[in-house]
Amino acid sequence: MSYIPHTDVERQQMLAAIGVTTIEDLFESVPSRYRFPKLNLPKGLSELEAWAEVQAFAEANEHAGDYALFRGAGAYHHYIPAAVNHVLLRSEFYTAYTPYQPEVSQGTLQAIYEYQSMLCALTGMDAANASHYDGATSLAEAVTVALEASRRKRNKVVLHPAIHPHYRAVVRTYHQGNGVEFVGDTGKTIERTTADDLIKLIDDQTALVAVQYPNYLGNIEDFSKLVEATHNAGALICFVANPMALALFKSPGELGADIVVGEGQPLGIPLSYGGPYLGFFAVRDEYVRRIAGRIVGETIDHDGKRAFVMTLRPREQDIRREKASSNICTNQGLMALAACVYMSLMGRSGLRRAAEISYQRAHYAAKQINKLKGYKVNVGAAFFNEFPVKCPKPVSAINDFLIERGIIGGYPLEGDYPKLKDHMLVAVTEMNSKDEIDLLVEALAEAAK
Amino acid sequence: MTESLIYEISSPGRTAVTLPDVGVPEVELPKDLLRKDLDLPEVSELQVMRHFVNLSHLNHSIDTGLYPLGSCTMKYNPKVNEDAARLAGFAYLHPLSDEEGSQGALALMYQLQTWLAELSGFTGASIVPAAGAQGELAGILMIRAYHLDRKDHKRTKILVPDSAHGTNPATVSMAGLQAVELPSDKNGDVDLNALRAALDDSVAGMMITVPSTLGVFDTKIRDVIRMVHEAGGLMYMDGANMNALMGVVKPGELGFDVMHYNLHKTFSTPHGGGGPGCGAVGANEKLVDFLPGPIVEMVEETEDENDAPLYGLKMPVKSIGRLKAFQGNFGMHVRAYTYMRIYGGEGLHEVSRHAVLNANYVRAKLRGVYPMPVDRICGHEFVMSGHFEGVEGIHALDISKRLMDFGIHPPTNYFPLIVPEALLIEPTETEDKATLDNFVEVMKKIAQEAKDDPELLRSAPHTTPVKRVDEVRAAKQLMVCCRPIPDYDQQRTPSGD
Amino acid sequence: MSSQTPSELKYARTDEYLRLEGENATIGISDFAQEQLNDIVFVELPEVGAHVAQGEPFGAVESVKAASDLLMPVGGTVTEVNSQLSDEPELLNTSPYDKGWIVKIKVDDPSEANALMDAAAYIEYCKTR
Ligand SMILES: Cc1ncc(COP(=O)(O)O)c(C=O)c1O
Repeated sequence: MSYIPHTDVERQQMLAAIGVTTIEDLFESVPSRYRFPKLNLPKGLSELEAWAEVQAFAEANEHAGDYALFRGAGAYHHYIPAAVNHVLLRSEFYTAYTPYQPEVSQGTLQAIYEYQSMLCALTGMDAANASHYDGATSLAEAVTVALEASRRKRNKVVLHPAIHPHYRAVVRTYHQGNGVEFVGDTGKTIERTTADDLIKLIDDQTALVAVQYPNYLGNIEDFSKLVEATHNAGALICFVANPMALALFKSPGELGADIVVGEGQPLGIPLSYGGPYLGFFAVRDEYVRRIAGRIVGETIDHDGKRAFVMTLRPREQDIRREKASSNICTNQGLMALAACVYMSLMGRSGLRRAAEISYQRAHYAAKQINKLKGYKVNVGAAFFNEFPVKCPKPVSAINDFLIERGIIGGYPLEGDYPKLKDHMLVAVTEMNSKDEIDLLVEALAEAAK
Repeated sequence: MTESLIYEISSPGRTAVTLPDVGVPEVELPKDLLRKDLDLPEVSELQVMRHFVNLSHLNHSIDTGLYPLGSCTMKYNPKVNEDAARLAGFAYLHPLSDEEGSQGALALMYQLQTWLAELSGFTGASIVPAAGAQGELAGILMIRAYHLDRKDHKRTKILVPDSAHGTNPATVSMAGLQAVELPSDKNGDVDLNALRAALDDSVAGMMITVPSTLGVFDTKIRDVIRMVHEAGGLMYMDGANMNALMGVVKPGELGFDVMHYNLHKTFSTPHGGGGPGCGAVGANEKLVDFLPGPIVEMVEETEDENDAPLYGLKMPVKSIGRLKAFQGNFGMHVRAYTYMRIYGGEGLHEVSRHAVLNANYVRAKLRGVYPMPVDRICGHEFVMSGHFEGVEGIHALDISKRLMDFGIHPPTNYFPLIVPEALLIEPTETEDKATLDNFVEVMKKIAQEAKDDPELLRSAPHTTPVKRVDEVRAAKQLMVCCRPIPDYDQQRTPSGD
Repeated sequence: MSSQTPSELKYARTDEYLRLEGENATIGISDFAQEQLNDIVFVELPEVGAHVAQGEPFGAVESVKAASDLLMPVGGTVTEVNSQLSDEPELLNTSPYDKGWIVKIKVDDPSEANALMDAAAYIEYCKTR
């Protein structure tokens, strides 16, 4: 039967060794009334049949393999060199578990150590962990670090409203029982809030100020005054960063961040309908001992050879139990490996080049769309590869038209930002050729008619 | 055997990728906003492949050898699952796709939710949580929200047995509640007297693992559930050990209100060297409206059998909220779906039967060789003590390290905490009898060595890529990044306060 | 048991010792505690000026396999911390009563020390563990 190797003869031998006659005998401690319930589940299939079914599900989707995709909003379609997947498919990596036993896990440990080092380079931070579940939960964990750093004396968190709406929702879910006060991202004018507007919300109760870089609406804001005000108030500042943008723009470390978190998906991880992705988490030295989750350190073995091991373990849940600051155990390890392989392949010049191509093509698209009658793009703003477009019609109508032309259009913003009625958020990467962009522009023009 | 760091084989000017031309009229880059340099390695594609393939050789993995790591269910990860998750229609599907454009994905998720709920006897399930621990957080927040919704504000405590996995008490604190530790009896079952004494109207609920973390089914489980319910609390089941239960018992029918499943244990999605996973949660009538969202619902049923129904994403009416951006670790959903589809209901029951058969077989063979703190029929795993009367200075850790010399991954060490020198052994159903027999022989040999030549164990492992590592040094001379970080601190405004 | 338990000190059940000198006191962890913890790799210290009530945490010590909170044996205000421990946490292992002291405090109410054990009682208490 499928992946169960037992033969009838072996089963009998094993039962005899145990001293029972049937497998059912092994379940007598389960109350008989509840034992062996009927399962209303379908019958099993051969691999061949199951494959056909799964393939039919896959084919029912409209995806970036078949369509020109101009949607981002937190997940980006970048090129993934073929070698990334070949490494991920090494059984020795993906069928191992958390490297609790360093002697037989040096492969995973060293790869994570290299990942941590690359992430530090990218973010300008001193230390990174081996991952959180995604960008959103990384931000939720950053809130915890800041609360702990204030020794739980402060309980206010300022959130920039142009942080991804899902991230702000997740942070609230995580902290609903802790009496944390979240400010900054509510009210009638959040669409217009700038970093400087947040300064007046910072006080001596503020543990953390969080911003996104580039922000959810694509802009690269000037955070210098906000960073200064945050530090003057004795609070920490966290940047939620797009790692691809960091290949081109100043690192958050250079801009004064204390914690940098974000979604590592653009680093060699496919869109995959939202997961598995990679929550990255990096801090300045002062906060390294407050990081939750796994972290790998360099050391030596008994013979003095370089070796790697999970370190700072006592703060984790298996040792600290109810006093641990987070319950995280399983993380997104394989995705950290993907990012590590991706960054190795792209390297110093390649990653920057991919970012530059994305930048140039996005700016070209913005300019072309802004020329269209009825559409408006704020082409004067500083942005990386994503920008809002004001459309002459509801976004859903435009997108219905685009899909007929083989294009998946931008993401509607009105749901999260009511004042941005008829606005779509358009993302462009190195995957979108000039022809594709021209096709989009042409289709948008027609859709307006 | 060690491998250079990728940075150590880097040479300025080398690159592994060629990218296309910009291809559009270029604008000038905003100079003041740009970074000066990016300290990533400069290597060729072949160097990258060799580096990571060589690194992979330093790992033990399921596909290279037995991995009887208790509580983690290191079963075979079928290859068809990997191919399925990589189908273009899944891998290239944007998470914020319009619902009409993602019906295939939604249908698959809907099925998976429905099957998981059915398997455990629950009303509904959410497959958003990324791991078991996140499922736990969901469940405890749901219990909290349930009481608050009924205007019952005094329930602030969650009972957690001392045998529980560390994520359980950590979850309770994260949810802003208080973990109250309950002692277990010598079998690892709940001590009913202690439970009775702990129950009052400040108790929001209890978390418990079934079968217990010692691998045995608590025969008084119905009494425990009844007592907690009578006191007005709700029951959370840690479903990490679900591999013992499929078609054996439905937790929902036993009376549990909410539980998590680890798709990366029971449903064969790979552990990935530490993740990713999926910690789906199932809930009964009382809690289903509080599930984390979004969940997949059928928004339009069809009359014609040949038409597919329409699926959509919805937040449950009283949802505790979002736990992740988007809708979960979809790639794991595809793998678990494929696995369940191949097995079907009867097959999944066979999985549990054989998981329990394998564990009991190894237990029976090692009785009398190693001390067994709980000497009775076990579930899918069992616990032994890695300490022998009259052999001083040999610990579970030494036995574990010696196992590596035989190409076998050690069992879980030092968990559950209530068993001194615990070795928690979970063979899983995918191991054949010959592999188990070999494991038994090796364990017997090591037990003999412990008596004859204890130094052989204490200095083990001998054949691994590295020897025992200096953890004290790692923690004291903390090195978690191999590159110098530019010192931005001078540019940074000093903090007040 | 080979660990030392100086008789002029008072001990808490959570293994902190108190050296009371008028209204000032020095606090550290006992020799028994450092032996149990094994190689100490990190000490988290409070800020000077912090006020901590009796029984409340004022810091933490970590070894490779364990972490434990440090609890105030008597309430008081921190006047000095042993910052040498940040670089040399092993002082807690090598010299718990001397170079490995953790904080000095100004004591709120010296009579709170009456709740602590004397050396003889602490030795007995350690034997039971
Ligand atoms: C009993 C038990 N509960 C909970 C968990 C946590 O699950 P995860 O690692 O997926 O967060 C584990 C896994 O290690 C476990 O063994």
